Amino acid sequence: MSEQPYLVVERVAKHFGKFQAVRDATFTVKRGEFVCLLGPSGCGKTTLLRMIAGLETMSGGRIVQDGRDISNLPPSGRDFGIVFQSYALFPNLTVFDNVAYGLRGRGKSGAEIAARVDELLTLVGLPGEAKKFPAQISGGQQQRVALARALAISPGLLLLDEPLSALDARVRVYLRQEIRALQHRLGVTTIMVTHDQEEALTMADRIAVMNSGRIEQYGTPAHVYAAPETPFVADFVGTTNFLKAKMLAPGRIVSGGVEIAVATPEGTNPGMDLRVCVRPEDVMVRGIGDTTPNRVDVTVEELVFMGAFSRARLVGPGGMSISADFSANLLRDHSLAAGARIKVALPAERLRVFPG
Amino acid sequence: MKNSFTTIGKTLTAAIAVLAFGAGAADAQQRTRITVYTAIENEQLPVFKEAFEKVAPDVEIAWVRDSTGTIAARFLAEKDNPRADAIWGLSVTSLILFEQQGLLADYKPKGYDKLKPLFKDQTAPFTWHGIDAYAASICVNTAVAKAQNLPIPKTWADLVNPAYKGKIVMPNPASSGTGYLTVAAWQQIMGDAAAWQYMDKLHENVGVYLHSGSAPCVQAARGEYAIGISFDMRAASEKTKGAPVEIVVPTEGVGWDMEASAIVKTTKNMAAAQKLMDYSSSAEANRDLYSKYYNVVADPDAKGTAPNYPAETEARMLKIDLAAMANNRDKTLAEWSKRYDGKSAPK
Amino acid sequence: MGIRLDRDAIGQRAALLVAAGFLLVSLALPLATLFGKSFRDRDGQFVGLANFVRYFGTPSLVASLWSTVWVSLLATCIVVPLAFVYAYAIRRTTMPGRGVFRALGLVPILAPSLLPAIALIYLFGNQGFARFMLMGESIYGPIGIVIAQVYYCFPHAFLILSTALAIADRRHYEAAEVLGAGRVRVFLTVTLPGVKYGIVSAFFVVFTMIATDFGIPKVIGGRFNVLATDVYKQVIGQQNFEMGAVVGMVLLLPAMIAFAADRWVARRQVALLSARAVPFEPQKRKLRDLVLFAFCALVATCILVVLGVAAWASLIQYWPYNLSLSLRNYAFQNADASGWSSYFNTLAMAACAATIGCSVVAFGAWLVDKTRGAEFLRGVVHLLAMIPLAVPGLVLGLSYIFFFNAPGNPLGFIYGTLAILVLNTIAHFYTVAHLTSLQALKQLDPEFESVSSSLKISVWRTAWQVTLPVSSQALLDVWFYMFVNAMTTVSAVIFLYGPYTKLASVAIVNMDEAGFTAAAAAMGCTIVATSAAAKVLHSLLAAWLDRRTQAWRAR
Repeated sequence: MSEQPYLVVERVAKHFGKFQAVRDATFTVKRGEFVCLLGPSGCGKTTLLRMIAGLETMSGGRIVQDGRDISNLPPSGRDFGIVFQSYALFPNLTVFDNVAYGLRGRGKSGAEIAARVDELLTLVGLPGEAKKFPAQISGGQQQRVALARALAISPGLLLLDEPLSALDARVRVYLRQEIRALQHRLGVTTIMVTHDQEEALTMADRIAVMNSGRIEQYGTPAHVYAAPETPFVADFVGTTNFLKAKMLAPGRIVSGGVEIAVATPEGTNPGMDLRVCVRPEDVMVRGIGDTTPNRVDVTVEELVFMGAFSRARLVGPGGMSISADFSANLLRDHSLAAGARIKVALPAERLRVFPG
Repeated sequence: MKNSFTTIGKTLTAAIAVLAFGAGAADAQQRTRITVYTAIENEQLPVFKEAFEKVAPDVEIAWVRDSTGTIAARFLAEKDNPRADAIWGLSVTSLILFEQQGLLADYKPKGYDKLKPLFKDQTAPFTWHGIDAYAASICVNTAVAKAQNLPIPKTWADLVNPAYKGKIVMPNPASSGTGYLTVAAWQQIMGDAAAWQYMDKLHENVGVYLHSGSAPCVQAARGEYAIGISFDMRAASEKTKGAPVEIVVPTEGVGWDMEASAIVKTTKNMAAAQKLMDYSSSAEANRDLYSKYYNVVADPDAKGTAPNYPAETEARMLKIDLAAMANNRDKTLAEWSKRYDGKSAPK
Repeated sequence: MGIRLDRDAIGQRAALLVAAGFLLVSLALPLATLFGKSFRDRDGQFVGLANFVRYFGTPSLVASLWSTVWVSLLATCIVVPLAFVYAYAIRRTTMPGRGVFRALGLVPILAPSLLPAIALIYLFGNQGFARFMLMGESIYGPIGIVIAQVYYCFPHAFLILSTALAIADRRHYEAAEVLGAGRVRVFLTVTLPGVKYGIVSAFFVVFTMIATDFGIPKVIGGRFNVLATDVYKQVIGQQNFEMGAVVGMVLLLPAMIAFAADRWVARRQVALLSARAVPFEPQKRKLRDLVLFAFCALVATCILVVLGVAAWASLIQYWPYNLSLSLRNYAFQNADASGWSSYFNTLAMAACAATIGCSVVAFGAWLVDKTRGAEFLRGVVHLLAMIPLAVPGLVLGLSYIFFFNAPGNPLGFIYGTLAILVLNTIAHFYTVAHLTSLQALKQLDPEFESVSSSLKISVWRTAWQVTLPVSSQALLDVWFYMFVNAMTTVSAVIFLYGPYTKLASVAIVNMDEAGFTAAAAAMGCTIVATSAAAKVLHSLLAAWLDRRTQAWRAR
C-alpha cells in the first residue's frame, strides 16, 4: 500500500487553441510528499496545478488520486485544499469566518467549528487574530489564514499556487520553513507551484522542473541540482557555466584549445558541437599538480565579494570564460586577487555534457 | 447584511404582487369598457368621455391618446390582434388607410344621413364619419414681425418673399401628416411642376423642418421663428393662451384633414362601439363637443364657437381626393426627401 | 475531455439558460419579429433585400449616416474626457465637496431628455436670453444636438468611469512612486490601464446612446437628419414599419462594433482587487485638488443652470410674452387628461423595473462572469445583454407590439399592462446595468469560486455571502440607474402604455407638443424631484452600507 503513489499524473496535456500550455506531463507523488512544480512564468506549471484541482479541463491524459481516477471530476468532487497567489480571502468575512467557511453546513455544531478554527489558527501561528478582517492583517498573516482555510477540511492534497511570491524576502524565508514544518507535521501531500528555485530546493522533497509546457526533469532537489538532465535545468536551477566544446572522441572533448576528459553522453559523435556545464563551486583550485586532469591556465579578471565566498570571473585560453566560487579561506590561503594567474581544474565527475 | 437582503426580497414580492394584480385591478362594475384610440386634444378627453357616458351609462371609455402619427403607427402595428374597440377622433387619412387594410367595421351610425357630405364615407363599406376638420394655415408672430419689420403674408405665394429667409418653420412631410397635406395642397393648387418650383424657393426661406404638425405653430407662437406653417386648431389654441399670433388662411385655398370616428372590425363589444358611433355622429355631440373646440364640424346645423378661429377657413378648404392623396404619398415624399433632405445642413 | 458537471455547474447552466431565455423573450424575439419585417413589403410579401436596396439608394441616407457618425463621435469625444476628469476628481483626490459633486454629476440623468431641450431653447433659442453666446449660430442643428447630448450622456459616462475609478490597489501606486515614476507617468502607466475597460465601455455606451436617440434631434435638431430621426419619420410619420426596421437594423451596427471592442478589451482586463489589495487612499495635493475643484464647480454649475432654467420654465405663464410666475402649471389636468395619475403610474413602474431589473441584471452578470465553462451560453447571454444599447427605443417599443400582441403569444396577457412597461424598460436599459455589474464583478478576485468549490461549498452560498455583500454598492447603483431611467423613458413605452398606465414621460411629450411647454417642464421637474429624492435615499443607503462594510475595507 505504501508503495502505491498517492497521486499519479499521466501524460496530461492542455492546449488552448494551437498553443500547447502543458504537454505530456507525467509524474507521481507519494503520500505525504512535498512536490514543487518549478519553472519560469508561462511554463505551464500553474495550468498543470489547476488541472490537478479540476479548475481547468485537460486536453488529454489522466490523473489518479489515491487510486481514484479524478480526471473528469469537478473540483467539488475532488479532495484538495488550495492556496492561491492572491490568497482569495473573502474580504467581507473575518479571519474566523474565512477559516470556518468550509466547515459550515456540514452538520458541525458552532462549538465544534470554533474549536477547529482555533486549532487551525494556532497551527498557523495566528491565535487572537480571529476577529480581524483580511485587510487589517499583514500579507504574511493573510497567507497563513488562506493556508488555515485550505487545511480546515483536512484535504488529502494541498495545492499551493505561488503562495509566497507576493511577500517580502524575510517573511518569505520564514514562511518557507513554517509551511514545510507544518506540512511535515500534518503529513499532507502537497504540490506547490513556484518560479523561485531556492524556494523549491529548500522546501520540496521532489522537484518537477518545467519548461515550455514540458516537465524536463523530476527528482530530489539534490539530484536535480547535481545532475541536471537538460541544459535548461542546469541553467534554471542554481548557477552554471556553459562552455562551448567539440567532441574529439568518446570521453575526450576540447574547449578553448584545452583538452578535457569527461564522460560523453550517448548519442554524441566525434566532431559534434557540445556544451559543457560546470557549477562555479565545482571549479577546483587546491591541490592541483602536473597530473591533475583537466587543468586550465586562467587569469582572475574580477572578484566579487559575496559574503561567505567570492565569485571570480576567470578567463582561460581561447576566450574561455568561467565563473568560480572561492571561499574566503581559499582566497586567504592563495592570496588571490584580481589579475592573478592561476591553474584550476574542472573535475570530470562534476561536468555535464550536452549536445550543443 | 442578511436583514437588508431579506428586505429586498420582500420588496420584490410586493412588486410582483403589484404587477400581477395591478393589471387586472380595474373597477369591477358591470359596465362595458371599450378601448378608444384617439388623437384629439388631451384637454378634451374628460369632456368627451363624460358626455358620452352620460348618454350611454352602461359603457365606459378607456382612452388611448397620442399624436396622430403615433396612434396610427400603433394601431397598424397591432393590426393582427387589434386592441382598440373604436376610434373617436383620428385623422381621416389614417382611417382610409385602415379601411383599405380591412380593419374597420361597416356601420352607418344614426346621425350619418344628416352629416355634411364631405364628412362621411360615401362608398361601401361605410366605415367612418368625420367629426371636425382642421386646415393648414399660417401662424404669424406679430411681435416678431413687427420687430423685424416683416410683412404679414396673405397667400402661399407670399411666403417665398426673400424677406422671410430662414424665418419660416414647417412640418417635415415625412414626419407629419399636416406637413404632407400642406404639400399635397400645393400640388393641387399649382400643379405638380409648379409646386416643386415653389417649394424649391420656399426651401430657401425655411429655417427648420419640424417633426410634428403642431410644433411649427408652437414655435412661431413663442417667437422662435416668425412664421409657422401648421393647422388652425393649434394656432387658435396658442392665441387663446396669449401668444401674439395672427392666423392666416391663404387665399389660394388650404389643405385640410378631418378627425373621424370608426369601429374596429374585430371588436368584441360591437353594441357598445355602435353606441359610441351613434353618439359621435349625433347633433348633440356636434353641438356640445366639437363646435366648442373646432370651427368646422360635421353637422351642418352646428356652429363653431371656438375662440380665435379664422372665419374664412371652411370656404377656403380645397376639394381634395383623399384616396389619390394617400396613393401619391410615397412618390411625393421620395421626391421631397431627394430635394430637401440631402442638403439639410442648416446655415 | 470534459469535466463532469457538479450540482453547482448544472445549476449555473440552468440559470444561464433562464437568463438567456429572459433576454430572448424580452429582447431577441421581439426584435427578430420586427426585423423580419425589413424583408417584407407593406402587404407582408417577402421581398428579400429590396427594402435595403431602396433605402441605400436614397441620397439622404449618406447624409444621415455621416451626420449620425460625426455628431455622435464629437459629442462622445467631449463627454467621455469631461466625465473622466470629473470622476477622477471625485474618486482620486481629496478636494472638498466630492459627495456634492458626485450627486450633481448625476443630475442630468434624473431629467427627461425634453427638459434640457426646453432649457436649451429658452437659453440659446432665437428668443433665448443667452443666445449671444452662440455668436450667430443657431441652436437648432448640430450645435444644439451636441450640447444636449453632452448634457444628457454625461451622467452615464460619469457612472461607468466612477465605478471604474472607485477601486484601485494602493500598492500599484506605491510601487510606481518608488520606481521614481513622475505623476504623469503614474497616471499613464497605472491609473489609465486600470480603468481602460471603463473608458472603452463609456465610449461605446455614450456613442451608441447618442447614435440611437431620436428625442433630442427631434426637438432641437432642426433640419439636421440623423438615422434615429429617419426611424421616426418612417414609423410615426409614414407608418412604414418595414423601412423603419431597415433603418433600425442599420443602427445596430455601432452596437455590434461595441460588442466586439468590449470583448477585445475584456480579454485584456485583469482583476484589480485581489483579496490582499490595499485600497487606494488619495493623497492631498493642493494644486491638483484646486484645479480639479474649479473644473468640477464649472461642470456642476452648467448642470445646475440648465436645471434651474427648466425649473423656472415650469413656473412661467407664457414664454416669452408673459413671464409672470405661477404654480398653475403643476395642475396637470389642465394640460393632460391623465393629470397626476400618469406620475403615479411612472412611480410604480420605475420602482418595479428598478427592483426586478436590478436583481435580474446582477444575477445575469454574475452568471456570465462566474460560471466556469459554458463559454457558449455565457457568450450568448453577454451578446444579448449588449444589444439593447444599440436599439433605438422606438424600434424596441414597436417590436414589443409585434411580438407580444401577436395572436397566440402566450405572454399576450401582459400587453397593455404595467408589466409590459416594466419588462420593456428592463430590456431597454439592460446594457449599462449589465456592464456596471460586470465591471464590479471583474474587480473581485476571480478565485473566490475556485476556493469555495475546493472547500465543497456551493457557489450560490459564496455568491450570497461574499459576492453580493462585496458588490452591494454597485448593486445599489444599478438599482438607481434603472429607477431614474424608468422615470424618464419615453421612446420605447410610447406604443405600449394602456388606457390606465399612461406614463408621466409620455405626458411630457404630449403636453409639449400641444404647446403646454410650462406644464411639460413642470412634469419634468416633478420627475427630477422624485428621482432626486430617490438619489437621497440611495445615498443614505450607500452611506449605511459603507459604514457597515468599513471594517473590512479599512487597511
